[in-house]
Amino acid sequence: MLKDVSFGQYYPVKSFVHNLDPRLKILFLIGYIVAIFLAREFLALGACALVLIVAVLCARIPLGKVLRAVKGILFLVIFTAVVNLFFHSGDKVYWGGEPVLWQWKIFRITQEGIIFSAFLVLRLCLLVIGSSLLTYTTTPVALTDGIESLLSPLKLIRFPVHALALIMSIALRFIPILLDETERIMNAQKARGACIDSGNLFRRMKAIVSVLIPLLLSAIRRADELGEAMDARCYSGGNARTKYKKLRLTWRDPIAFSVLAALIAGVAVMFVFPVFPI
Amino acid sequence: MKALEYRDVSFSYEEEGGFRIEHLNFSVEEGEFVAVLGHNGSGKSTLARLANGLLTADSGEVAVFGTALGDKNLYEIRKQVGIVFQNPDSQAVASIVEDDVAFGAENVGMPREEIGKRISFALRAVGMEEYRTATIARLSGGQKQRVAIAGALALKPRILILDESTAMLDPRGRKEIVGVVKKLNEEEGITVLLITHFMDEALLASRAVVMNRGEIVMQDAPSRLFRRGEELVTYNLALPRIAEICNRLRAGGMNVSDALDVNTLAEDIAKCVS
Amino acid sequence: MRIVAEHLSYIYNAKSPFAVKALDDVSLTVEEGEFFGLIGHTGSGESTFVQHLNGLLRLPSSLKRRKKKDGATLTVGEFDLTSKKTNFRALRRKVGMVFQYPEDQLFAETVLDEVAYGYKNFAEKRPDREETERAVREAVEAVGLDYESVKDMSPFDLSGGQKRRVAIAGVIVTKPEILVLDEPAAGLDPLGKREVMELLHRLKESWCKTVVVVSHDMDEIAENCTRVAVFSEGRVEYVLPPAELFKHTEELLRLGLDIPLTAKLVLALKERGVEIDCDYTAEDFVSKVLARGGRSC
Repeated sequence: MLKDVSFGQYYPVKSFVHNLDPRLKILFLIGYIVAIFLAREFLALGACALVLIVAVLCARIPLGKVLRAVKGILFLVIFTAVVNLFFHSGDKVYWGGEPVLWQWKIFRITQEGIIFSAFLVLRLCLLVIGSSLLTYTTTPVALTDGIESLLSPLKLIRFPVHALALIMSIALRFIPILLDETERIMNAQKARGACIDSGNLFRRMKAIVSVLIPLLLSAIRRADELGEAMDARCYSGGNARTKYKKLRLTWRDPIAFSVLAALIAGVAVMFVFPVFPI
Repeated sequence: MKALEYRDVSFSYEEEGGFRIEHLNFSVEEGEFVAVLGHNGSGKSTLARLANGLLTADSGEVAVFGTALGDKNLYEIRKQVGIVFQNPDSQAVASIVEDDVAFGAENVGMPREEIGKRISFALRAVGMEEYRTATIARLSGGQKQRVAIAGALALKPRILILDESTAMLDPRGRKEIVGVVKKLNEEEGITVLLITHFMDEALLASRAVVMNRGEIVMQDAPSRLFRRGEELVTYNLALPRIAEICNRLRAGGMNVSDALDVNTLAEDIAKCVS
Repeated sequence: MRIVAEHLSYIYNAKSPFAVKALDDVSLTVEEGEFFGLIGHTGSGESTFVQHLNGLLRLPSSLKRRKKKDGATLTVGEFDLTSKKTNFRALRRKVGMVFQYPEDQLFAETVLDEVAYGYKNFAEKRPDREETERAVREAVEAVGLDYESVKDMSPFDLSGGQKRRVAIAGVIVTKPEILVLDEPAAGLDPLGKREVMELLHRLKESWCKTVVVVSHDMDEIAENCTRVAVFSEGRVEYVLPPAELFKHTEELLRLGLDIPLTAKLVLALKERGVEIDCDYTAEDFVSKVLARGGRSC
């Protein structure tokens, strides 16, 4: 039963964002990350945040899920905030332009430090939420298809795109199976008194071996069986292969594209001509 | 016409202690439904793998519709001989039903539109049309095996071999698979080789073959074959339950007929007791 | 040891879009000395239920709150599985669990080590070599293998049926009082199936007081069990001895379950005006039919 949860974060609802072409979604994410790094002021970052909020709303992902993505890197967020809060010393400080609000030995908090660390935290959150939005709204299968399609120009330089895609596809197919199997074997060994999560180091090692060996054997056996089944279905490498699945753009894609293009353009303009520089 | 023919085939595994197949002669007619029985390690799965070149005979030859299997026509033969294996969880390469069914057709370089048609045909043939975009991991064992059959059917094989494809299924799954196979045999005219150790599945076949240590030791119509109970036991096989009950009734002096199905047997019993 | 479950519910992946209600208010008692069968389609809750019996699946931790709400309780002998203080190791020693395809869990270099694994794990203090070997010998012989000839073999070199026996020996080596098996005969050939069922009867006589079997094979159930619980979509529909259960032919068919061949024959005979009242074992069916028919036919 592990197979349904921990693997992938896909959140199965139908939405505008879910229905976007996976290739574009991958490109959008890259574009979005570029935009976030181009943003040098709150106005630009605010625009990024606005686009993201709209995207999350369109994707119908519950707020809790979105925040969980941030929770995963909460430590990093706090660490960034604290370090920058105490140590950020912008040029202006040295010029004596900004007041030091609080100081103790080398630790000091300036107004600028507060602003800057807030900026960084916001940027980090936007990054994480943006990336997780991709995995929330795109099935692993669609992601693989997207990656394969985006990589296909590399065929020209004889990069084995097909083999790579097949490997990804088989991995996706077998991860849930092997997770299930792990759980089964762990349970069986626990029933025989294995101390997988308690006891001294030696016993634990032995318990882990008692899970790993059967798991490895089963994986090898499955690989054998799969190879045979592929052979039986005329698999002979990628040369003469055709591909059934074709990704297609829909009316949604140009809309999403224009929104993102506008965002990147806006942020780029602000990069060159800052409005409210920090 | 002979769909599948083993002409004087010998084969042995490299490992010690394995059995050998020696000078095996055996053929299956076009449109036939043959059940191959035998205990574990009797050589019945080897028979399947020899049929489409997954294993190569040491001597002798295997012919499919008159053409001897060789290196040059390997893929042509594999298109004609579909095999479905035992484990429902280690045959699919893709996560989504239609992507997996497409695999074989993609391998032989079929154009896209044709692949689409083949998927529809194959899924309809196994009664899984409405699962076309489903995730394979969430299907039942029987459904997974039906998808595997569809994957073989996408290449429009003329022979379908089921290599213990029902062994890991529950009764409902087994019934699904056997039903689909019977239908394919009757409606599509596909020649079927059903390798199994469930004796009652053999009752659907037109001919049942028993293998033991790499040899074919018995072959007959199922109902006649199962009258030879003691002989089957010497090959480590058991009778189907219905044959067992028939034999016990006969031993008790009740003369029931050979036809091994519930209604006929009930009819016979009813006649005797009233 | 008795097993008493009341109002047991279990949800996989609770609070996710993939939540599956595997057990729904299950109440069930298994008496000591029974050969108890659990049947249903794969995924009807039988496997989830048996995994509760040795604490592999536990009742939710916010138990006190739940206890008031749905009153879920589970006791196995003197073990109260709703209590956090339960010694699960002691429980697992008393409740042996054989999973589906148990041969997939073999890992040791020799049969001796394989079977000894559970014995050593559960021992209070490290057992000496002689003691271990004695226990292993007993268990290996109890599953019908010749100890001397297999003890130094790699379990992976054995045949399918032998591997399964070794796996079972690895569980019974601690002399559990209750032996739980999830489809012990799955994947075996007909003779192997029969041998496993015979083995279970022998074990029940001489080794474990109670045997609980999950099976999908109705004929197997009809021939072997003292009582049967029928699971459907996480609920228990019937708990009856086979002789009573298979009188409910129509209901079972409505649940999409199979019925034993004998029940099918009884049904077909009834349609033809012949009533046979048997306990649905092949033996009893044949003798009742012969008793009706005489030998003149």
